[in-house]
Amino acid sequence: MTLSLTNTAKTFPDGTRALLPTDLKVEQGEIVSLLGPSGCGKTTLLRIIAGLETPNDGSEIWFDDDNVTSLSVERRKVGMVFQSYALFPNMSVRANIGYGLKMQKLPAKEIEARVTEVLEMCQLQEFSARSITALSGGQRQRVALARAIAPRPRLLLLDEPLSALDAALREALRDELAVLLRTFDITAIFVTHDQDEAMAIADRVAVMSGGLVVQSGTPEDLYRKPNSAFVAGFVGNAMRLEGRCEGARFYLDGGTLTLPSDGSDRDVFVRAEDVALQAGGSLEGRVETVTFLGTHYRIGLSDIMPGLLTSTYAGQNAPRVGETVRAEIKPEALMLLPKSAQSA
Amino acid sequence: MADMFKSKAKILQLTVTLLACAFLLVPTILSVMAGLTVNYFKGISSGLTLKWVFQVWELYADSIFLSIWLALACLVVTLIIGLPAAYGLARHPGWLSRLLEEFISLPLAVPGLALALALLQLYGSMKGFRTSWTFILVGHVLYTLPFMVRSILAVLASMDLKTLEEGAASLGASPFQRFRDIVVPNAMPGILAGSLTVVTLSLGEFNLTWMLHTPYLKTLPVGLADSYASMRLEIASAYTLVFFIIIVPLLMAMQWASARAQRIAQ
Amino acid sequence: MTNRNFVLLCLTPLLVFSLAFLALPLVRLFLASGEGSSGWAVYLDILRKPRYLNTLVLTVLVSLATTFAALAVSTTAGLFLLRNQFRGRGVLLSVLTLPLAFPGVVIGFLIILLGGRQGLVNQLTPGHVVFAYSVVGLFLGYLYFSIPRVLLTVMAAAEKLDPALEEAARTMGASPYRVVIDVIIPGLMPSLIASGAIAFATAMGAFGTAFTLATDIDVIPMVIYTEFTLSANIAMAAALSIVLGLVTWVLLLIARNLSGTTVAAGG
Repeated sequence: MTLSLTNTAKTFPDGTRALLPTDLKVEQGEIVSLLGPSGCGKTTLLRIIAGLETPNDGSEIWFDDDNVTSLSVERRKVGMVFQSYALFPNMSVRANIGYGLKMQKLPAKEIEARVTEVLEMCQLQEFSARSITALSGGQRQRVALARAIAPRPRLLLLDEPLSALDAALREALRDELAVLLRTFDITAIFVTHDQDEAMAIADRVAVMSGGLVVQSGTPEDLYRKPNSAFVAGFVGNAMRLEGRCEGARFYLDGGTLTLPSDGSDRDVFVRAEDVALQAGGSLEGRVETVTFLGTHYRIGLSDIMPGLLTSTYAGQNAPRVGETVRAEIKPEALMLLPKSAQSA
Repeated sequence: MADMFKSKAKILQLTVTLLACAFLLVPTILSVMAGLTVNYFKGISSGLTLKWVFQVWELYADSIFLSIWLALACLVVTLIIGLPAAYGLARHPGWLSRLLEEFISLPLAVPGLALALALLQLYGSMKGFRTSWTFILVGHVLYTLPFMVRSILAVLASMDLKTLEEGAASLGASPFQRFRDIVVPNAMPGILAGSLTVVTLSLGEFNLTWMLHTPYLKTLPVGLADSYASMRLEIASAYTLVFFIIIVPLLMAMQWASARAQRIAQ
Repeated sequence: MTNRNFVLLCLTPLLVFSLAFLALPLVRLFLASGEGSSGWAVYLDILRKPRYLNTLVLTVLVSLATTFAALAVSTTAGLFLLRNQFRGRGVLLSVLTLPLAFPGVVIGFLIILLGGRQGLVNQLTPGHVVFAYSVVGLFLGYLYFSIPRVLLTVMAAAEKLDPALEEAARTMGASPYRVVIDVIIPGLMPSLIASGAIAFATAMGAFGTAFTLATDIDVIPMVIYTEFTLSANIAMAAALSIVLGLVTWVLLLIARNLSGTTVAAGG
């Protein structure tokens, strides 16, 4: 199913403008993540798509050729996985998964068969008779997913589906979820505040801030070609270089860089992994902090700009605090982005 | 010294506790005994008998059946009114709901006598209604409804009703289906506790009933008051015994169910 | 049907019932209180005419006595049962809480069995002691009624009391007696006030017990009853009902705000 939103906005009765007019298109079979900090409007957008919130007048929501804007949630045929899972404590695992099918008034036999199929897909066979309260967090998460997809919804919506789990489990289930979603071959939208999660699961990520989708693209696009300081900072923690620009030359306290193009009226951003420590580099700084992170070190350099410039070092013999080192940044690693209000 | 004081204090506390128990228990035992002895004035030595209980049955069986009928009717009505109302109050928590809850709880605080007077003032002249059993039923529902509503509301308020319902709605359930499949089953402990409370209180209700009843419609407690005023002590006691036999198991079930519902609500 | 409409539909039976059988009758009762020969001055009559004033004073005094006695007995017994584990504890607890839903008439009869002409006390003592139909009997009946209610409220509050407070006081050298005075009683104060208010309000409005015992004693519920049935002084009966209802309602409102619970009134 193809989802398209046009001019969709939400202002709450208390005047909060949770979502500014937004257009969004999700293609058949695409898995899209709405990524952003809390309060950016991502959950509101998801709830509007589900039919759990009524958008402002003038909003339009289309499922393929159906205008569903005024259709209530129970008629939209969407599957939803809630942050708290919202599993019915009065029903067994099997009854929870079969509930949507029962609502479609399918014959008992068919319900039975479809539930069994979904139980297998989600590897829940052995828990089918269990009560919800007897399940672990990860099992509950899977039941919630199974329940949402069992009625074969037109669209699957997931609201922070992993956030109720502890860190270790979250990481394991992230990959499992990515695989499962592709097995279902379903159009899916999921909301998260965790960029790793968004990148691991989604085909396309829509980054949201202040009630707007600020950029939408593949994880690589967002990482390599952010269109704003916000996206650069939120996806992959890019740093803004504090220096002075003259055409394609960029002057820092610790040296001069060549920009890929004219950098006037632009902010210059770089990621830590693109700051390479190497003899003969064009920047000179003093090692201020060294943090061992297992696969690599994170090095904080002073004297290059007013704040610390972070670099990574993957070799064996990391520099020591107080040493003077040289660093290089390739022109193509420098991202020239529109000046934001904060940096002006 | 401290230990001395402690043990002395303990003895004092134990004495008070035992005296209180005796105060509550001894007259109950006396009443059971009086209902089963041939002549209470002469004492147990006059022999044990069930004849007073049989006499009570002959005299008051109608009252007992009326009370059971009223209690069951009261249960049905409080369920029909109270269950959806508790749900409505739980779904719309706000000052208006608080006010409504406070208002329907008035019969807990305002003496039954005053409520009965109020009902009589307004409906006393409607003869068909005034003389029917439904008039007493109204009084019982008025008094027991807040217990039903609050008992269910406490359980509903303790769960994330809104999200559970959204979950059901996303699976295609209509408002009524959500109420039937999600709200009612999950409110069961509260419904059970509320139901037992309603039946127990309705069976024992006297204050309103005494004012609302007619000579042809006497409930069990009205009959009790009647027997206390006009029958010999043995019959009054035997009748009280019958009442205890009906009410005590219900009371125990009610306390068990309420404790369970409270645990769930926390 | 939208969700909002469904929720409104759910509240409709309650609204209709409480409007028809609670709101309107109470309004009618209030209007009736002003329809007597003295008009709205009927409320002043309660304070002006000795019969009503004496009734009011007596009712308040008996209710106060009940309140303090019930608080003393139930707090002592409740704390004792909570702090000590021994065989038979559960039985004692059941005995103390089971009379919770005994109707007032039955309790009146139980007091007659204790202190009536054929009562236990009269049989055991040579002096022919009959107290069931006096103020003492009424007081005992109210006490019987209040002990379970106060006990449950106080025990619920005492269970939530942080034992660390008591232990802290002990480590600083407080004697068990000082611990009670300085830690336990202040900690229980809200629930003591609350259950006291419940006991007081219940005693003020108790009709069943008074009906059985107080044939010769003027307490407010009995006066309301006789004004209504014997004297047909409906205005005064209504006015007294309104005053009594207001007093008990305010008291229980205070109680609920202090303890968060309401144990059934009535009786």
